[in-house]
Amino acid sequence: MWKLIAFRLLKAIPVLLIVATLTFFMLRLTKGGPFDQEKPIQDEAIRKQLLAHYGMDKPLSSQYLDFIKNLVQGDLGPSFKHQGRQVNEVIAEAFPRSAELGLWSLAVAMALGLAAGLIASLKKNSFLDYCPMALAMIGICVPTFVMGPLLILSFSLELEWFNASGWNSLKDRILPALTLGGAYAAYIARLTRGGMLEVLSQDYIRTAHAKGASPARVILHHGLRGGLLPVVAFLGPAAAGLLAGSFVVETIFQIPGLGRHFVEAAFNRDYTMVTGTVLFFATLIILFNLIVDVVQIWLNPRLRST
Amino acid sequence: MAILEVENLKTWFHTRDGVVKAVDGISFDLAPGKILGIVGESGSGKSVTVHSLMGLVPQPPGRIEDGSAHFDGSDLIRCAPRELRAIRGKRIAMIFQDPMTSLNPYLRISEQLIEPLLIHGLAEREQALKKAIAMLEKVGIRDAAERIHSYPHEFSGGMRQRVMIAMALITDPEMLIADEPTTALDVTVQAQILRLLKELQADLGVSVIFITHDLGVIAELADRVVVMYRGHIVEQGDVLSIFDHPQHPYTKGLLACRPRLESTFKVLPTVSDYLDEMEVGGQVELSEKPDAAAHIESLQQVADSEIDENDLLLEVRGLQVHFSERAGFFFGPKGLVKAVDGISFTVPRGSTLGLVGESGCGKTTTGRAILNLVAPTEGSVQFDGQEIAGFDAAAMLPLRKRMQIIFQDPYSSLNPRLTIEQALTEPMSVHGIGRHHAERRDRAAALLDEVGLDARFLRRYPHEFSGGQRQRICVARALSLEPEFILCDEAVSAMDVSVQAQVLNLLKELQLRRNLTYIFISHDLSVVKFMADTMAVMEGGRIIEQGNAEEIYANPSEAYTRRLIDAIPRDSVSFIRERVG
Repeated sequence: MWKLIAFRLLKAIPVLLIVATLTFFMLRLTKGGPFDQEKPIQDEAIRKQLLAHYGMDKPLSSQYLDFIKNLVQGDLGPSFKHQGRQVNEVIAEAFPRSAELGLWSLAVAMALGLAAGLIASLKKNSFLDYCPMALAMIGICVPTFVMGPLLILSFSLELEWFNASGWNSLKDRILPALTLGGAYAAYIARLTRGGMLEVLSQDYIRTAHAKGASPARVILHHGLRGGLLPVVAFLGPAAAGLLAGSFVVETIFQIPGLGRHFVEAAFNRDYTMVTGTVLFFATLIILFNLIVDVVQIWLNPRLRST
Repeated sequence: MAILEVENLKTWFHTRDGVVKAVDGISFDLAPGKILGIVGESGSGKSVTVHSLMGLVPQPPGRIEDGSAHFDGSDLIRCAPRELRAIRGKRIAMIFQDPMTSLNPYLRISEQLIEPLLIHGLAEREQALKKAIAMLEKVGIRDAAERIHSYPHEFSGGMRQRVMIAMALITDPEMLIADEPTTALDVTVQAQILRLLKELQADLGVSVIFITHDLGVIAELADRVVVMYRGHIVEQGDVLSIFDHPQHPYTKGLLACRPRLESTFKVLPTVSDYLDEMEVGGQVELSEKPDAAAHIESLQQVADSEIDENDLLLEVRGLQVHFSERAGFFFGPKGLVKAVDGISFTVPRGSTLGLVGESGCGKTTTGRAILNLVAPTEGSVQFDGQEIAGFDAAAMLPLRKRMQIIFQDPYSSLNPRLTIEQALTEPMSVHGIGRHHAERRDRAAALLDEVGLDARFLRRYPHEFSGGQRQRICVARALSLEPEFILCDEAVSAMDVSVQAQVLNLLKELQLRRNLTYIFISHDLSVVKFMADTMAVMEGGRIIEQGNAEEIYANPSEAYTRRLIDAIPRDSVSFIRERVG
């Protein structure tokens, strides 16, 4: 097991290097740079000074080498847009907010999704199956930028239970978490239902019944482990995406999180910020996939021998 | 006083296509300390019968319409779920057909073994574990104290079935239901499991219902026999009278269709040689064909074709297939598995070579290496005078037409999303047989006819057919390229004996008609004896004995071959008479 983890972490290094290199050059290939805005800097001397300050007057190859050199030391460089601030600082400041929102959303997604999926699988082809599954389908189809404003409209503006935006009290977490988590809950519900139905039709479930186990014991002790494997596989990338922040939800609810930096940096051609957030996101994905693999091996003994 | 009295049991399934009367009014008793065999083919309702007793019939679509099953004062059919759960697994235990899927892959053996004791409050954890270890030793698993903490996938099929038996008997039940417990196993493992069950039954005095499609197994084991067909009991009685004087034509057919070591049939009798089914006013009436005896007599007159021993179609010399066992990501090969370790044989044109041995002896790998489906490590394979060992896919393509294969499992070797027409015409279009699709379709229809299926089936999908019909389709698919050579890899091992007889007859008939050459791989020597002219016995990747099939059966020179022959269930009347005393 430790060998597997060590090996996977080692393998992550070349992956991250490739991601960094691709992002670096793709950004340079896109039209426009960090200093080309609606009002371009007219003064040639200031422009030159700016370029020199950020090392952009050097040839591309040495820029790349500098970038990699800093990267290896964990330094993502200065932001082009947020003047006087380092990309590391910006991420360190924004990530905890996104992560918190992500965790709440994940909790909502798991609670709603697992419950709905379990009930649906146990009451197959009944009202308790069709109803949550129809809701889940709606949850998948309705995008967050529709769901968010709808929730604000009904719960903030009409009922006045919550603030329409902001990130101050614990109450402010509820609507964004519902918006973001709802969509994931729908996927989890469908995966749970499918996984459980698959497992409950297996021969060893019949064996458990034949032993005289109670229905609850059959489901919890014999069914759940195998039934949740597809959910676990989905949770890895999903958790990484949730923690890294959602541009849409953070914008709707005015949360100063990482998701907004991600998108704004791309618009602004904030080279260092884009590479920084991309690398950060890639690291999260790699980490969570590793966690998922470890959990799967723990859940499924058949994977342990290989 | 019977331990179980089943009366007028009716279990019907209400499906979209109407009501299926899986079990339709059956009655039987189980005497204490005795073994009752229920025999019948797939779909006869034998499994549904015992599932009904155990409350394991999925409802809906199933429904128990009528009947009772009295077990020590309780009616298993009518009693409350809680009451049934208290009996199930404690006083009535059950073992199932497929040991590979009947154990929970996510839980340790120890967890699963002690579960019945814990559920029924018969022991504390510590004590239960001790009992479980003792039980594992009793069913013949060595180092039980250590191995009990393994997971099911670390055990072989035979060992898993031993675990299932231990799990069933751990609560000291009064009654054991065994639902085809040996059908998925090799003949040698089957013999071990049957012996074990017999010993344990005598030892513990448990009453047993034993379900099987194979009357041979019944002959080894049962005291009484119930013969089921289409949801009804067609005949029941004590084992000797069933074998000595079968009354019903279905029973007669079932007895006759087993290939026997001592018989010299060139064509196997089948159930339909005995049984006439006539629909009279919505009811199926069963009667005996008047000319059955004469017909069976005539089957023995069919003669084999002449084989020219010097006209070799296939010549294998020093064939080796080695697999490297990888230890991990970083490290190279750990060890070498010599799946096939230098074997040589020849197959004359128009003859059949039987390749026999237990699971893991290398017989399947040998077959695949001949067809270059796995790359041979070493050695020569000559097909019709041409050296083909190690040919790549492109070089093999023209030969694929001439060398075909039929696999064991007709359920998974047909693509469920292709119609029969597509399955049969695809190989033809790959090899450019037939000018256009209409011509290929006509050929496919003719092939279906040749394997005894209706040409109208072309537009259907595999799931609409039974196992035996599917294997016929697989045979038709292999024939679609007009091959000279067909490798049959356990082609009838997953089948009921009655269906097996039909497919074996079909293969023989096709061989005579088309001068086909077969390699017939099987773990069952009685089947190979029926099919093969020459035979090779494999053990550990090597051929330990080969030659004329008849002679090897008469005089096996190796102990291993002897063991394989002894493992075949004996079903002669004299053997049964001796056994029941």
